[in-house]
Amino acid sequence: MSVALDSKLGTAWKKPPFISSRRVRIGFLIVALLYLFLATLGTKGLANWLAVFGIVEEGFKFGRIDRFFSGIDVNWSRIERGLARGMQFIEGFMNPDFTSRLDDIKQGMYESVVMTVASTVVGIGISIPIALGAARNIAPLPVYLFCRFVITVSRALNELIVAIILVAILGFGPLAGFITLSFATIGFLAKLLAEEIEDMNKVQAEAVQSTGASWLQRINFGVQPQVMPRLIGLSMYRLDINFRESAVLGLVGAGGIGATLNTAFDRYEFGTVAAILLIIIATVMVLEYLSGIIRARIK
Amino acid sequence: MPSIEKNGLKVWQVRDQKAQLTRWGMWFALVVAFVWSWQAISDNTLWALMGNVGEVTVDIAGRAVPPRWSYMDKLWKPIWDTLNIATLGTVISLFIAVPVAFMAARNTTPSRVFVRPIALLIIVSSRSVNSLIWALLFVSIVGPGVFAGLLAISIRSIGFCAKLLYEAIEEIDENQVEAITATGAKRWQIMVYGIVPQIMPAFAGIAVFRWDINIRESTVLGLVGAGGIGLQLSSSLNTIAWPQVSLILLVILVAVVISEWVSAKVRGAII
Repeated sequence: MSVALDSKLGTAWKKPPFISSRRVRIGFLIVALLYLFLATLGTKGLANWLAVFGIVEEGFKFGRIDRFFSGIDVNWSRIERGLARGMQFIEGFMNPDFTSRLDDIKQGMYESVVMTVASTVVGIGISIPIALGAARNIAPLPVYLFCRFVITVSRALNELIVAIILVAILGFGPLAGFITLSFATIGFLAKLLAEEIEDMNKVQAEAVQSTGASWLQRINFGVQPQVMPRLIGLSMYRLDINFRESAVLGLVGAGGIGATLNTAFDRYEFGTVAAILLIIIATVMVLEYLSGIIRARIK
Repeated sequence: MPSIEKNGLKVWQVRDQKAQLTRWGMWFALVVAFVWSWQAISDNTLWALMGNVGEVTVDIAGRAVPPRWSYMDKLWKPIWDTLNIATLGTVISLFIAVPVAFMAARNTTPSRVFVRPIALLIIVSSRSVNSLIWALLFVSIVGPGVFAGLLAISIRSIGFCAKLLYEAIEEIDENQVEAITATGAKRWQIMVYGIVPQIMPAFAGIAVFRWDINIRESTVLGLVGAGGIGLQLSSSLNTIAWPQVSLILLVILVAVVISEWVSAKVRGAII
């Protein structure tokens, strides 16, 4: 140790690097740079640069992989035309148009709210038994594995993809959106609630059990009071998420304000777009504020 | 202790009468809200068409079941595009999120009155709009393609990364910053030697976490024309090519599982 210190005496201190191994650091840097090159410019761009440095000849081609690693095409003339539309969008925000599509907006918001409320209630109703089953400290192993599987499937499937499949089966309308959101709620709520149940204080449940309580009474008086604040907080949070999601499900025909928004974008009616976005943002903020108050009161 | 009289005996209750009544009132409101919502959904649904839902499901599943594996040839490039949208989008968003986070954190912001509200406004507006809606907007500005998806993912990620990062900055150990200040360090030196090393693990964790989310989101951006594998999904759906749809869904599922695994590994290594 003293040898190492002596040899460093008199030399300037240097900040230790984030990745300590020099080889890993340089390797990481090279891989990252190569990736950035391929991702942005593609193999064609790479060949051009290699030609500039004289490593390969002018006009060198990598062959078949050129088509695969194509990089990002940026069509500047299209963007130039589109920027005018971007300006219109910003102007739309300065001057949102609530009136000309008022009926569509009302209908869309009504569907969104209805889908949000119904799917949150149903989702919570299904999540609670699944959460009980997915908590290792109160559920037997087979039930635990089954419930965990349900949660994993629900989490792995994107809401929009579920919505697309359901729209294909059930047809257009809020029913598809409602089932999608209920299904998505399970993955979120049951997982977090199960973790909360696993973390609970088991002394209370044992005390209730020792009075001769049945299984249901044990859950109701020993477990439920411990996880209730968290359950209400999570439910409010999920209500908020479900509303945000219901705003995009309309893009694939599953009902809600998203359909109105999509139509407005297609017609380039940026005043209406701005109005809808403002309504969504305002609703989300109100929901966040409400859930904050409710959570604070419960604690 | 709440109790009621029953046959001349005092019986223990969990709640007193007032609490019990409020509780019933809240339950009642919830049930009314649910019934009203369900009624509205039901009114907008053609129940007459729901009779053969089982048959339709079996029919679609039957058509989809052997996925068209040969279609995989055409999927490699969209997969590469999807990966690029997610990765480059995360990188770009981090470049913007870091300064925004430093401006939003109470202990590093240059001005609490002017700069901090602006930074918070950037964070809120980026977060409250879904990435698909951002994608719709950018498709109409820069035209359909990977670039629109890239912009949508970057803009959407700024709020998320900046929010988590500024919370990490607010939670740092001030003693280390003070120690660096005591040596006579300049402002940027305090940042580099006092703050950055403390938030580096949080930063790496946030970046990988967001990358994982972005992989999921970029798989569906193509539905509105913003590039990636969603484009193939939407065209397969439009031509009712169920074997291709099932193959694409399988690819997306594998991609999501892999990205979650990578992100869990990396975060495990950091923390």
